[in-house]
Amino acid sequence: MGLEEKIPSGFVLTTVEKLAGYMRKNSLWPATFGLACCAIEMMAVGSAAKYDISRFGMEVFRASPRQADLMIVAGRVSNKMAPVLRQIYDQMAAPKWVIAMGACASSGGMFNNYAIVQGVDHVVPVDIYLPGCPPRPEMLLDAILKLHSKIYDEKLGSNRAEIIKEVELAAMNATPTIEMKGLLA
Amino acid sequence: MTTFDPYAPSRDTTEGTVYSVTGGDWDSLVQEIGSTKEERVVVNMGPQHPSTHGVLRLVLELEGETVTEARAGIGYLHTGIEKNMEYRSWTQGTTFVTRMDYLAPLFNETAYCLAVEKLLGITQDVPERASVIRVMMMELNRISSHMVALGTGALELGAISPMFFAFREREIVLDIFEMISGLRMNMAYVRPGGVAQDLPAGAIAKIRDAVKLMRKNFKDNTTLLVGNSIWMKRTQGIGYLDLAGCTTLGITGPVLRSTGLPWDLRKMQPYCGYENYNFDVITADTCDVYGRFLIRMNELEQSLRIVEQALDKLEKLEGAPVMVADKKIAWPAQLAMGGDGLGNSLNHIREIMGTSMESLIHHFKLVTEGFHVPAGQVYVAIESPRGELGAHVASDGGTKPYRMHFREPSFNNLQATSAMSEGGMVADIIGAVASIDPVMGGVDR
Amino acid sequence: MSEQGMFGAPGTGDTSGYGGLVRTAASTGSSERPYGGYFDEVADDLERAYPLFSEAIERVVVDRGELTLHVKREKLVEVSKILRDSLKFEMCMGVSGVNYPTDSGRELHALYPLLSLTNNRRIRLEVSVPDADAHIPSVVEVWAGNNWHERETFDMFGIIFDGHPGLTRILMPDDWQGHPQRKDYALGGIPVEYKGATTPPPDERRSYK
Repeated sequence: MGLEEKIPSGFVLTTVEKLAGYMRKNSLWPATFGLACCAIEMMAVGSAAKYDISRFGMEVFRASPRQADLMIVAGRVSNKMAPVLRQIYDQMAAPKWVIAMGACASSGGMFNNYAIVQGVDHVVPVDIYLPGCPPRPEMLLDAILKLHSKIYDEKLGSNRAEIIKEVELAAMNATPTIEMKGLLA
Repeated sequence: MTTFDPYAPSRDTTEGTVYSVTGGDWDSLVQEIGSTKEERVVVNMGPQHPSTHGVLRLVLELEGETVTEARAGIGYLHTGIEKNMEYRSWTQGTTFVTRMDYLAPLFNETAYCLAVEKLLGITQDVPERASVIRVMMMELNRISSHMVALGTGALELGAISPMFFAFREREIVLDIFEMISGLRMNMAYVRPGGVAQDLPAGAIAKIRDAVKLMRKNFKDNTTLLVGNSIWMKRTQGIGYLDLAGCTTLGITGPVLRSTGLPWDLRKMQPYCGYENYNFDVITADTCDVYGRFLIRMNELEQSLRIVEQALDKLEKLEGAPVMVADKKIAWPAQLAMGGDGLGNSLNHIREIMGTSMESLIHHFKLVTEGFHVPAGQVYVAIESPRGELGAHVASDGGTKPYRMHFREPSFNNLQATSAMSEGGMVADIIGAVASIDPVMGGVDR
Repeated sequence: MSEQGMFGAPGTGDTSGYGGLVRTAASTGSSERPYGGYFDEVADDLERAYPLFSEAIERVVVDRGELTLHVKREKLVEVSKILRDSLKFEMCMGVSGVNYPTDSGRELHALYPLLSLTNNRRIRLEVSVPDADAHIPSVVEVWAGNNWHERETFDMFGIIFDGHPGLTRILMPDDWQGHPQRKDYALGGIPVEYKGATTPPPDERRSYK
């Protein structure tokens, strides 16, 4: 993060942010982390057959996590696989993003039992949760596009420090899930 | 206590020296290994690897390029599906079982439903239209599963175009699945007693068009790979496993048929009315990867033949029921697509809510509690694209399975990795594993 | 076997009053000759090839068109060899374990479905062992494909197969405690919160038996 700290704030920073965001989102390289059924839908997206991911420049699924920016956790993560998942995430170089694809990766899905990690966010920080069992290829593309806009809007330098402070404050003051009454109130 | 530095170039353990490669340090690694005069290196083709067909871990002991020992480590996708099913009703079991072998979900469902029907004793009462639909969907699923096997197998050996062609064919089949059952994968379409709903109007014509299109499209892959000298050099003589090896390891499916034995459960122990269809059992006699590849390519054509015969039968059985007639077992309603995209049968709802309290109670009990299955145990086997898929179901007379165990073909077939790869080269392991076509969801359940 | 109550999850808020209901589930005894189909041939061939048949085979059950031979565990390897060599049951389709906690003295069962390619036949072997002494001799030397199946049955049920070349856990992580598919092992789910309400995991919900 050395360069980004030395960038002056203000107008120049906004332009640099937009440039960096544009560059990053347009050549996001996924790491192959296909585990189960969602991996097949991810392969359907990756192959050029009908749902083409190479229109976004993402058809290069890097085998080595060191060359990848995005980890799409596609499928159920078992307790045996969780340390491997964390190791792959650690081996990726920053900036990196994670999409939890499918119900099993987002929350454990239909497998609420001893063998499955109930949501991959117990192990790695997740940027986009994608529901579905398995999500259609179009849904995965939609998630990727939402991630693109998230990356584009990512702030750098002093703006980044501000945003982090704001988000933390909002999270501290937010209602915890157990307090939300919804229709039961 | 010594601190553990995972990025140190090497550390000594009880097993010997462990080298870590972090990038850009290949020359230092070679120097270190060279200085120890160590000829054998143990390499971990870890659970996350592009070529291992899912989360398979291969521990290889290498001497140069030759593999002296290959061991497979599984369990990275263990989901506890079998234990989960002991807490769900018999019909809900379909949704779990479908996610085991996720490339051939309909086979899992059919094996489970055939076992439940055998326990119930209603195998003869399942309507013929339901059996024909099951056969047609299973054969279409066989095509889509073989397409993934061929595509990913070719991709791992370096041929990239066959993968695109294979996935294009797969999309055609998945469109048919979506039209009939609502989902592309993991459909939970086959239920104990029949199938969930009948074919929509115009389905038969659409499937006939798709069959014609697929027959034309299969030629793309055939011209690319069959007879291709590079492909043949990479696959002939690789992954050799003869009949004695297959029988002692309990291996079935294309691997067994590549030894020359025409063992196909659809012919030998038919189920779902398979004895009424004309098709050939494809064998090869070379016992190698190329033979298995040819078997899979030719089974596609046989599956298309069966689908066409099934379509002819379906046209004659227009209007027949697709669920067993016994109202105490059959799923209460045929769900139609409502205006909001969700399944609803408005006629059925009008009847149970408006007219009859008894049918409401009946519907409620059937859906929440489920039906009771008499005590006993059965083992039913069907021929999935990978081999013999067996469902061992034990019931204690209740509304939930007491024990459900699947004998997955990939679990047995993967044990052959050592026999196939030891003595060969590293690159050949990938071809051998691709020819076994394991699906780790089925292996680990 | 007898079952108490109408609802599952005992000890939770079941107010229906069905708790006093006791049902007995009849367990199948031995079947009478003739068994039907090719089962008589199989039984006769086995008796001819293995003179100690009545010592080794506890029960023969023919149910729903399937033959099950209940074998004593000491004689399992002998019977398997004879079935493989003389009766040509070349393939074993694996080992399936079942846990009957109410069947004291025979809590753990291991089932071996066998397939004969030459004769196109299927039978099943069943071995019962008590919880206290859960050892079964390994049949890996007869059918090598049972290697992983026995490891899985050990992992999931705790049945120790004597003579297995490498009996370790295969599906669970190597240092896992407990054997998950036993009936006394909890399903292990977590309650799911949503907007003030909690849904308990599947094994703690009120459910029908």
